[in-house]
Amino acid sequence: MTAMGDAVLEVADLRVEFRTDEGRAQAVRGVNYQLHRGEVLGIVGESGSGKSVASMAVMGLLPGSARVFGSVRFGGRSGGTELLGASDSEFSRVRGQGISMIFQDPMSSLNPVYTVGYQIAEAIRAHHDVSRAAARKQAMELLEAVSIPNPTERVDNYPHELSGGMRQRVVIAIAMANRPEVIIADEPTTALDVTVQAQILEALRTAKVQTGAAMLLITHDLGVIAGQADRVLVMYAGRVVEAGTVEEIFYTPRMPYTLGLLGSQPRLDERRTRLHPISGVPPSVIDLPSGCPFAPRCPLAAPVCEAEEPPLAATGSNGHLSACHFSDQLAGLEPGDLFRPLSRDTAS
Amino acid sequence: MTVLQPVLSVRNLVKHFPVRGRGLLRRRVSDVHAVCDVSFDLYPHETLGLVGESGCGKTTTARVLLNLQPATAGHIRYQGTELTSLPRKAMQRLRRELQIVFQDPYAALDPRLPANEIIAEPLRIHGLYSPSASDSIASDSCGRDKVRELLALVGLKPEHGNRFPHEFSGGQRQRIGIARALALRPKVLILDEPVSALDVSVQAGVLNLLADLQAQLGLSYLFVSHDLSVVRHVADRIAVMYLGRIVETGTSDELFSAPAHPYTQALISAIPLPDPRKERARERIILTGDVPNPANPPSGCRFRTRCPLFTAQLTDPQRHRCTTEIPPLTDHGHGHPAACHYADLPSLSAVRALREREGR
Repeated sequence: MTAMGDAVLEVADLRVEFRTDEGRAQAVRGVNYQLHRGEVLGIVGESGSGKSVASMAVMGLLPGSARVFGSVRFGGRSGGTELLGASDSEFSRVRGQGISMIFQDPMSSLNPVYTVGYQIAEAIRAHHDVSRAAARKQAMELLEAVSIPNPTERVDNYPHELSGGMRQRVVIAIAMANRPEVIIADEPTTALDVTVQAQILEALRTAKVQTGAAMLLITHDLGVIAGQADRVLVMYAGRVVEAGTVEEIFYTPRMPYTLGLLGSQPRLDERRTRLHPISGVPPSVIDLPSGCPFAPRCPLAAPVCEAEEPPLAATGSNGHLSACHFSDQLAGLEPGDLFRPLSRDTAS
Repeated sequence: MTVLQPVLSVRNLVKHFPVRGRGLLRRRVSDVHAVCDVSFDLYPHETLGLVGESGCGKTTTARVLLNLQPATAGHIRYQGTELTSLPRKAMQRLRRELQIVFQDPYAALDPRLPANEIIAEPLRIHGLYSPSASDSIASDSCGRDKVRELLALVGLKPEHGNRFPHEFSGGQRQRIGIARALALRPKVLILDEPVSALDVSVQAGVLNLLADLQAQLGLSYLFVSHDLSVVRHVADRIAVMYLGRIVETGTSDELFSAPAHPYTQALISAIPLPDPRKERARERIILTGDVPNPANPPSGCRFRTRCPLFTAQLTDPQRHRCTTEIPPLTDHGHGHPAACHYADLPSLSAVRALREREGR
C-alpha cells in the first residue's frame, strides 16, 4: 500500500484554466480531495462552480485548450498512477477498468449505430480477453442488474429504441462492466423525471454494491446529495468552500454559501414559508473579485473578506472544513438568521 | 355572502395532435392524446399548481388555455366568456388579461431588443404606448415611466433598461419575462415552468417575487411545473397530471398529507428531501417502467401499466376493471378527488408496514 492509505483517488491542488477572448478563465482554482474506498463523495455546486470541469480533468477528458495543473493520483490495484499528463495508452488502461464515468446525457455517451449489447460487450472486451458470446452473456447479466426488463431482448436494441431512463441504465451497465474502483457520475439524473430519477439512483446503488467501487457523485440537487453521499464538497467559483460529512454539511453548515443554498431550497416536507435567496449572482470566472469570491453576496462580508481569500480550514469537529473568515460565528445559525427573504434584490 | 366565481373555468378540455404517415398524402394515421378530458377552475388570487412529468400534457394545457394552440374539444371560460370559439380579434383583446411566462428565459426574449423595448412591446401591440406620455390617470396610454416602474416592480434597476438580454443573468431575464407579462395588467398569469432553468439560489428570489406580485396585484396564477417541491411551496391547490389526464386534485395540504392516487404517492415519495436523516429513513415507492406512448395510451386507467397497486395488490377481477373502465375523478373518502378505482384501499406504505409487523 502506498502513502495514499485507503484513498483510491487523490486530487491535489487541481487547477484548470481556459483561454478565452475575454481573458483567462480560472474554472478550477486549487481543489483537493481524497476519495476513499467504498465511499460516496458528493460534489455540489451551481452552474459555473467548476464541479464538472474538475471531474473532467480527473478523467483527462478536457479539450486541448484547457490548461490543467496539480496532481490526480489513482491508487488502483496496480499501485499509484499519476493521471495528469499520462499518455493516451496509460489513460486507456485506467478508463473503464479503473475509473468509469456516467454523464448527464446518455444519448451522447452511447453510439447510435450499435446495439446496446454490442456496446456493453465492447467495453468488456476492451479490457478482458473473452469471447463475443461470453461478453454478450455478461452484457445481459449487467442489463438485468440495472433492472432493464427483458434483458435478452433489450440487448439487441439500439439506443433510440430505449427511453431516456433505460439509456441511462445502459450507461450505468457499461460503467459497471469492468468492476472499476471509481465511478464518477456527473449529474446522472438531471435530465430525467423524478420517478425515473428514483430508478436510476437505485441502479447506481446496485452498481456501487456489486462492484464495490467508490463513487464521485456530482450534482446540483441537494436532495440527491442528502440521500446518497457519505461526505460532501460544496464548490463555489472554482474552489471547495466547505467539506464535511453529509450530516455536518446539512445540519451544521459553516460557510454562508452552504447556508444560503439550504435556505433557497423549497422543501416538500415543510409548509410554505418564505425562501431565503442569496442575493446577486456567482462571479464570472474570468473576472474574479479579489478576496473571498462569495463576499459580494455574503451578508457577513467584512473588509477582511475583500482583502484576503480565506483558506479551506478546519472548523468545528475534525474533518469539517470551511473557507470562511467567520466560520466559527456560524455555529447554530439557520439560513433565515443570515439571509433576508428578499424578492426584489436588484442584483439577482 | 356570495359564492366565489372562478376567473378561469376549464371543462372537458381535449387536445389531440395528428400523427401523419410517411406517404405522399401524409394521411393522418393516429392521434397523440396530449390532453384528455381535463377540467379545473382557477379562482381569483389563488395559485393552482399543475404538476406532472414530461409528456403529461401540462404545457399543452397551458398553451391551449391561451388559444396559442386550438383546443380539439372542450370549453374554456374566462369570466363567463367562452374562449374556444372566440374570434381572433376578440381573443387578442382578451390577452391583455391572460398572460404567460415561458420556461426558457434565454429563448423567450428577442436578443436584438433592449429590455425597455421588450417590456414595451405588449403595450405597443395593444396601442397603449407612446414614449412621451406620462403615467397620468387621464390618459389610457403609458410611456417610459410605465416601463421603468415595471422594471422596478420585478426587482431590476430601471437604468438597466437599455441593456440587451445577453447582458442579464438567467434570473434577471426571467424577471424581464415577468415584467413583460405584467405590462398589460393581466388578471391571470400562466407560468410555464418559470423557475426550472434557474439555479436554486436564484430560483428562490424569483419565487419570492411571484408571491409578492400576487399579493400586491391580486393575480391568479396557473403554475405549471414538474418540480413538486416548488409547487408545494407556491400553490394553494394542485392538480396532478399523468399522460394527459388529471389523476388527483386537492389543496396543497390535502395532497401532501394524504395522497390518494398511487401515482401521486409514488411521485411524492420519489422526490429527494434535502435532509439526510429524513431522506434515508423514508420509504420509497419505486415505479417500474416508463410513461407509455401517448399516441397509444393504455385502455381504462392510463397509469395501470406502472401502478404498484395493480401489479402487487389487486385481484384479477379488480384488475379487469382497471383495464376496461376509465376511473372517474371522485372522492374516495380522502376529502379530495382522485381518479383511481381503488383509492380507498389502504395505501401501499400502510400495507407494507402491516406486512412487516406480521412478519415479525
